Amino acid sequence: MSVTPQLPAFDALTVGDVVAEREFALTRDSLVRYAGASGDFNPIHYRDDVAASVGLPGVLAHGMLTMGFAVQPVVDWAGDPGRVTDYQVRFTRPVVVDPETGASVSVVAKVGQLDAEARVARIDLTVAFDGQTVLGKAQVRVALD
Amino acid sequence: MNPELQGRVFPPTEPYLVGREKVREFARAVFATNPINLDPEAAKAAGYDDVVAPPTFAVVVQEHSLAKLLAEPDAGIDFTRVVHGDQRFTSTRPIVAGDLLTATLTVSSVKTLGAHSMVTAESSITDAAGEHVVTAVSTLVVRGDE
Repeated sequence: MSVTPQLPAFDALTVGDVVAEREFALTRDSLVRYAGASGDFNPIHYRDDVAASVGLPGVLAHGMLTMGFAVQPVVDWAGDPGRVTDYQVRFTRPVVVDPETGASVSVVAKVGQLDAEARVARIDLTVAFDGQTVLGKAQVRVALD
Repeated sequence: MNPELQGRVFPPTEPYLVGREKVREFARAVFATNPINLDPEAAKAAGYDDVVAPPTFAVVVQEHSLAKLLAEPDAGIDFTRVVHGDQRFTSTRPIVAGDLLTATLTVSSVKTLGAHSMVTAESSITDAAGEHVVTAVSTLVVRGDE
């Protein structure tokens, strides 16, 4: 594949524009896959008995998994993962992943701020599960031309 | 938690060689679909030497430096009570397969809020040439007795 990605034009952006939206369907398999890929084998992310023993409502998605996929719609919009220069989140609520039905997490990415001198767009993410946001202050800085 | 941890700098981690298949495995695990993360040819066409890691991949390298902090005998951090509060990655350039990375952790702050403590750890990740690649900052909340 040698598709040259179409980069978004900085000058065409306005604060408040929705640049990407995506729904992620997590299953227990997603958690096991992330555990292996990241090396985070905390059993609260795959064992119901351990999660229950520490008072959790169920097996939780790794916060870093949620952070990891929530930025992907922005990467696809920007066309190149290397354009993300800064990314921060606050973990505010857990994502409980049901063994049978999984969990559906929605991501909406909006232009939060534009720095015309640096040609950097700050994209703010709204990441929600079960009608409530799970990340706070989720901000991605994207360097554009 | 030991307040004297603030300002402590830990020795650099063993060099971590970023493998192409590891990047692809991590990319799939975070639902990445961009060909620059997955296909070496697409990455080359975009001007990179090999596949580019997703923005949060640095956590894999950062983790080795956090392990040193959690294992510090006088830190007084009970791992079973640790909750991840915030996370940030600030990059000079993206991580690319083939990079040899080292993380050096500094405890930038230790705070106590009631029964809880908060520690902010900043891991500066550099390449084989000693150049800065990305800084990963985590705030960990250590829950006290309720």
